[in-house]
Amino acid sequence: MPDPKPMTPLTLSAYTLVTANGRGVGPVLEALRERRSGLKPCDFEDVTLKTSIGRVSGLDDFSLDHELRPFDCRNNRLAWLGLQQDGFMVAAAEAKQRYGAHRIAVVMGTSTSGILETEHAYRERDPHTDRLPGWYSPRYRYTHNMFSLGHFVRTCLGLQGPAMVISTACSSSAKVFATAARLMQAGLCDAAVVGGVDSLCLTTLYGFSALQLLSADPCRPCDEDRDGLSLGEAAGYALLEFGERVGGRGTVALLGYGESTDGYHMSHPHPEGAGAVRAIRDSLARASLRAEDIEYINLHGTATRANDSVEDKAVYSIFGARPACSSTKGWTGHTLGAAGITEAVISALCLAQGLMPGTLNCRRVDSSLKSRILRENQIGSISFAVSNIFGFGGNNCSLVLGKLP
Amino acid sequence: MKVSIGGIGLLASGLVGWDAGREVLAGMRPYRPGVVPDPEAELLPPNERRRSSDCVRWAIQVAQEAIGRSGLDPREVPTVFASSGGEMGVFDKLCRALCLPDRMISPTLFHQSVHNTAAGYWGIATAGQQSSTALSCYDDSFAAGLLEAATVVCVEERPVLLVAYDLVVPKPLSQARPISEGFAVALVLAPSSDGWPAVIRVRLEEAHGGEAVGLEDPALERVRQDNPAARSLLLLSAAAAGGGRTVRLSLSDSQQLIVDLEPCHI
Repeated sequence: MPDPKPMTPLTLSAYTLVTANGRGVGPVLEALRERRSGLKPCDFEDVTLKTSIGRVSGLDDFSLDHELRPFDCRNNRLAWLGLQQDGFMVAAAEAKQRYGAHRIAVVMGTSTSGILETEHAYRERDPHTDRLPGWYSPRYRYTHNMFSLGHFVRTCLGLQGPAMVISTACSSSAKVFATAARLMQAGLCDAAVVGGVDSLCLTTLYGFSALQLLSADPCRPCDEDRDGLSLGEAAGYALLEFGERVGGRGTVALLGYGESTDGYHMSHPHPEGAGAVRAIRDSLARASLRAEDIEYINLHGTATRANDSVEDKAVYSIFGARPACSSTKGWTGHTLGAAGITEAVISALCLAQGLMPGTLNCRRVDSSLKSRILRENQIGSISFAVSNIFGFGGNNCSLVLGKLP
Repeated sequence: MKVSIGGIGLLASGLVGWDAGREVLAGMRPYRPGVVPDPEAELLPPNERRRSSDCVRWAIQVAQEAIGRSGLDPREVPTVFASSGGEMGVFDKLCRALCLPDRMISPTLFHQSVHNTAAGYWGIATAGQQSSTALSCYDDSFAAGLLEAATVVCVEERPVLLVAYDLVVPKPLSQARPISEGFAVALVLAPSSDGWPAVIRVRLEEAHGGEAVGLEDPALERVRQDNPAARSLLLLSAAAAGGGRTVRLSLSDSQQLIVDLEPCHI
C-alpha cells in the first residue's frame, strides 16, 4: 500500500465549541487554563447510575421555534446553541456570500442523534396497542433519524451544497474533516461546514454501563487507577476553506487526516493498536510531516483500561516518548460522536494559544505507558498537533492540525 | 468524477442476487416479489452471524457478492456504508428495555446499535483495516453514499466498496418510518483506469424543482419509493439495460447527483 498523497491544507477560518465547560471557546480555554473539570455527578433525568457526566447546562430552558420547531429535541437544541457561539453564524453567512449556498457542504457527525425522543415516545406507548404517541411520528425524521442533524444545520445556515451525516460511533466528527476535504478536493464545493453534536441519552448511559466501561468517578485518563470513562455532550463546528484563499500566517489549518479500521472487534480495540497506527501514519503522510515534527498529541484517552494502554502502544511506536501527549476528556467527558470536533477545536485552541493542557484527573501516570503523558499544563509555541479518535466497530481517525507558515 | 464499476450485489424481494435482478431490471423476466430467504452471509463467523441483526446479514450478503464479482481482495478495499435509519430493529429492542424498571440492556445489543454496525462486522469478517465510513442522508442516503464513495475513488485513487441498505422497520417504529420491504445493494467502484465493465461519470447539479424521474414498472417504482436504498434502482436498471443513459438521483432537495452511465455489459 503506497502512502497517501499530500493534501492541500484547509483553513479553519471559524470554529466554535459548547461543552460542559461552557458556551464558546472562551470558557473552554479558561477551563483548560484553570484546570476546571465540567464533570459532575450524574443528574440526567431520573438516571440512578453512579457515574459522572459532562452535561451542558440550559438545554431544558428553551425550545426551537418557528420553522425549526419540528427539529426540537435535546440534540438539535445543543446544535443550535453551538451555532450561536463565537460568531459562527456570521462566518458561515459571509462564506455563503463568497461562494454561494450551493458551493458549501455540510458534513456533520453524531452517534445517537435524537434517540432520546424515541426513548421518551416508547415510555408513552399505548399499553394495549403498543402504538407510539401521536406527537412522535411526524417528528422522527427531524429528531432521531441520523440525518436530522445535517438537515438542521443546513436549514439554520441556509446552505444548499452536499450534506450528509457521518455516524461511525466515536470517530464520527473526526471523519467529517476527511469527507469534507475530499468533497473540496474533488471540486464539488469551495468550503464546508463540519462539526459534530451528541447529547446525553439513556441508550448511551445504560449501554456503557452494561459494557462496564463507566467510571463511578470523574474519568482519569492515563492514571494507574483509571477505571472507565465519563460521558459528556458537546456541539462543535469548523468552517473549512482552502488555505491559499483565506489563510494568513499563523492561521490554524487541517493539514492531514488518516482513517482506518481495526477489523478486530466491535467494542474492544486491536491489542497492538494496528488500526490506530495506520490512521496516524496516513494523517502524517497527507500532511507531508514526519513524526518528529509533531509537538503535541491530543489523545483519544477515554480512561478505559484498554483504550489508554493500546493507544499508548500505537503512539509510542510512531513518535517515541518525544511529543507531549494528553487527554482532555477529564474536562469534557467522552462526548462520543462529538468527540472528534471537540478535540479538533481544543487542539486548534492549543495551537493558537501555545498551550498544552496536562491530563486532568491523572494523579499518577500508569507506569506501563511509554509515551510522554503531560500531567500539568505547559506553555509554549506549538506548530503541529495530532488529534486521535478511535471508536466502536474499531473505527479510527487521526487529524493533523497546524499553523500555516 | 469518472469511476468504474467492477461488481454489483443485490438483495430485495424478487431481486435476489445481481444475476437474477439484472434480468428482471432489463425487462427479460417479469418482476415477481416474494419472501427473501434469510441471507447466508457466510463470510460472517457462525457465532457473529447468529447474534447479528438483519441489517448486518443483508449488508454483508450484498457486499460479498459485489466484492466476489470484482475479484478484489476485500482487505484492500475501503468501504462506505449508507443507510437512512441504521439499526431500527435494535433501537426497538433497546427502547423497550429502557422502559423496564431495571433498564438492563444487553452489551451486545448496545454495540450493535451504532450506525456503523454492518461496516464494523464487514471489517471483522474480512480482517480489513482500510477506512470505513457509515453515513445517512435520509431518503437520499444511496446518492450521498455514492458521492462519498466516488470522492474516495477519485481523490484517494483507491477502489471502494459502497453498500446501501435499509431493512423493514418493526412496529411500532414503522408508524414514524414505514419501510415495508428490505433492500440492500453493493457496488465496487474503482479509478476508471482499471478497465472494468461499466464506467460512470458523476457530477452535482442544482435541483430546479421537480422530482427525479422514477421507474416505468409500477411495482418496481413502489419498491423504489418504499425504501431509501432502493433509490439505487434507477442506476441498477440503467446498468441492466446496457447503460448509455443518464440517471438523476436527488440529493437533499437542493441538488441532484447526475450519473452518466457509458454503454456497458455488467
